[in-house]
Amino acid sequence: MTSGSLRVLNPPGVWEAKPDAMIKRDPLVPITRTSYIPERDADKTPILECIDLGITFGGLKAVDNFNLAIGRTEIAGLIGPNGAGKTTIFNLLTKVYQPTHGTILLDGKEIANMNTAQVNRAGIARTFQNIRLFHNQTVLDNVLIGLHNEMDYGMGSAILHLPSYWRAEKIARDRAMEYLTLFHLEQHADDLAGSLPYGAQRRLEIARALATNPSLLLLDEPAAGMNPSETAELMENIGKIRDTFHIAILLIEHDMSLVMNICEGIVVLNFGRIIAKGSPDDIRSNPAVIEAYLGRKGGKS
Amino acid sequence: MNLKKRFKEAKSDYFTYAGVILAFIVISVLKANGGLNRSQTGLLVPICCYIVMAVSLNLTVGILGDLSLGHAGFMSVGAFAGVITAMGLYNVIPSAPVRLALAMIVGAFFAAVIGFLIGIPVLRLTGDYLAIVTLAFGEIIKELITCLLVGVDAEGLHIIFNVSGSKTATDLNLLEGGRVIIKGAQGATGTKTIASFTAGFILIMITLVIVQNLIRSRHGRAIMAVRDNRIAAEAVGIPVTRYKMMAFVTSAALAGAAGALFGLNYSNLAATKFDFNTSILVLVFVVLGGLGNIWGSIIATVILYILPEALRSFASYRMLIYAIVLIVVMLTTNNPVLKTYREQLREKFGKNKDKEATGA
Repeated sequence: MTSGSLRVLNPPGVWEAKPDAMIKRDPLVPITRTSYIPERDADKTPILECIDLGITFGGLKAVDNFNLAIGRTEIAGLIGPNGAGKTTIFNLLTKVYQPTHGTILLDGKEIANMNTAQVNRAGIARTFQNIRLFHNQTVLDNVLIGLHNEMDYGMGSAILHLPSYWRAEKIARDRAMEYLTLFHLEQHADDLAGSLPYGAQRRLEIARALATNPSLLLLDEPAAGMNPSETAELMENIGKIRDTFHIAILLIEHDMSLVMNICEGIVVLNFGRIIAKGSPDDIRSNPAVIEAYLGRKGGKS
Repeated sequence: MNLKKRFKEAKSDYFTYAGVILAFIVISVLKANGGLNRSQTGLLVPICCYIVMAVSLNLTVGILGDLSLGHAGFMSVGAFAGVITAMGLYNVIPSAPVRLALAMIVGAFFAAVIGFLIGIPVLRLTGDYLAIVTLAFGEIIKELITCLLVGVDAEGLHIIFNVSGSKTATDLNLLEGGRVIIKGAQGATGTKTIASFTAGFILIMITLVIVQNLIRSRHGRAIMAVRDNRIAAEAVGIPVTRYKMMAFVTSAALAGAAGALFGLNYSNLAATKFDFNTSILVLVFVVLGGLGNIWGSIIATVILYILPEALRSFASYRMLIYAIVLIVVMLTTNNPVLKTYREQLREKFGKNKDKEATGA
C-alpha cells in the first residue's frame, strides 16, 4: 500500500478516451518553450498567458513557476490532486489573490493593476467550486446581474425611468432569456435561484458567467455532484459554449472522463507546481501524472 | 417585454404609490373638515419625515444589507442645514414653499456630503463593526452640532464653532436686526415653522420614486447582488465599493431632506433630538416592516409612531404596552409556523389565480 493510493479518483479505465468524443479537438503546437495551444489558434495571440506566476502564503509556495498559454478557442483542463493549488490559480487569474510574482497576460495585455471586477470586465468570467448564486433573487435576475456591465444607462435614467432605461432593460431581458434557454432554464426564470436543484444551479452559474460576455471562462469543478447523465449533458454544453460564443474555457475537474474527452490542452498540478502539460494522450501516459494520482508503483509503505 | 408584464412585475410599486396618494387625500379631506384634532394634525409632518427616514434606511439595511445605527445623524445634518438655509434666506425669498424646497435640497446635499465622507472609512467594514462605527459617527455629528453657533444679519451668515464651550450667541457679533439661528446646545431657536403636510407628502413620493425605481434598475440589482454574495458580485464585474457608496449616500441624502422638513416643523429643536434612540426607532420601523419591504416600512412607521400617542390614556403604562406590542408583532411576523401557513395560503391563492388565467 502506498500513501498515494488514497488519492485515487477514478479507476484507470476512465482515462481512456471514448472514440466518439463529439467535441472538435486540434493537436497542440508549441508557442513558446513551455506553452502549447491548439493548431487553429496558433496564428493569434493566446487569450491567456501566465508567465512564471506564483503566490506565497506566509512562506508557503502555494503556486510556483506557473506557465500556461490558452488559445482563443481552446478547451483546457487544469487537474491535480486535492490541495494541489488549482482553485488558487483561478483566484490568481481573477485577482481574488494578488500574485507575489509573475505576469498574467489577458489577450496580450497585463492585468496586474486590476481588481476582480475589472478583470471580469476585461474578459475573464468564472464559476465557483461551492456554487455562489444570488440565492434570494430570481433566476432571471441572476443573469441580469451578469449583464450589468452590458447595460449602460446611468443612475439618473434609472431613477426617472427614461427611455434609455426601458430600451436597455428590454434588450437585457431578451438576452437573459436567450442565455436561460441555452441552458434549459427558461421555465424557471421567475423562480428563486436558491430553489433550483443542484445541477440547474450549476448551469445557472455558467449562464450568469457567460452573460458578462467573457473571452475566457473559468469553470471550477463544473461536474462536481453531478450524475453521469448530467455530466454528459455538461460536456455537450461546454462544447456548445465554445462553438457558440467562440471563447476559451479553462476548467478544473476531478472527473477524468470529462477532462480526457473534451479538453485539448491539459495541465497537471501537484503541490503548486506543474508536473505535466500536453494533450490528453500525453497526460494519460505521463509517469509523473500517474504517480501523482495513483502513487508510485511498488512504492514504500 | 410588453407593458402588461412590466406592470405585473412592478405591481407592488404602483400599489405603494396608490396607497400613499389615497392616504394623503383621505387625511387632507379629514383635515379640511375638522376631522382631526390639534394633536393629531401635529403628528402629520413628523410621520412623513419618519416614513422617509424608514424608507431611506431600508435602502441601507434592507437593500444594501449593511446595518447602520447612525441614520439620525444624517437627519440631524439635514435638519440644521435646512434650518440655516430657510432662516438665512428669510429676508431674501419671501415665498415659504420655495424656501422649504431649497432647505430640503440643501439638507439633502449636506447629508449626502457627510454620508460620502463617513462612507469612505465605514464601508470598508462589514457586519457588527460597520454598525458600531456608524453608531459612533451618529454621536459625533450630534456633539459637533451641539457646538455650533450660527446667526444671520445683513452681512450674511456668522458661524462660530464653540469647541471650548465658553462662547455665547453674543460672540457672533450680529449687526442690529440680525437673528440667531442655532444656539449651541439649545439647538435651533426661533425657527419660523414652514413645514407642511403637503411638502411631507411630496417628499415621500419623491423618496418612493427614487428608492423603488433604483431597486428595479441595474444599479439596484447590483446593490442587492453585493448584499447577497459579495464575492460573486465582484466576479461578475460589479464595482462593489462604488455601489455600496451609492446606496449609502442616496440613503443619507434622503434622510437629510427628511431632517430639513422635520427641523422646519418646530420653532425650537435641539441636536440631542437626533440621538441613538432616534436611529434605533427608525431601525425598528424598518425591521418590523420587513427588510427590503418598502410598503412595510411605511405601514410600520405610521402604526408605531401613532401608537404611543394613541396609548396616552394608559398614562404611565404607555411605554410598557408599546414594548409589548413590539414584541408581539415581531413574534407573529417572524413565527415560522405562521410564516409557512401564510406561504401556503399565498401559494393556494396564486395557483387559483393561475388557473383562472388559463381558463379565461
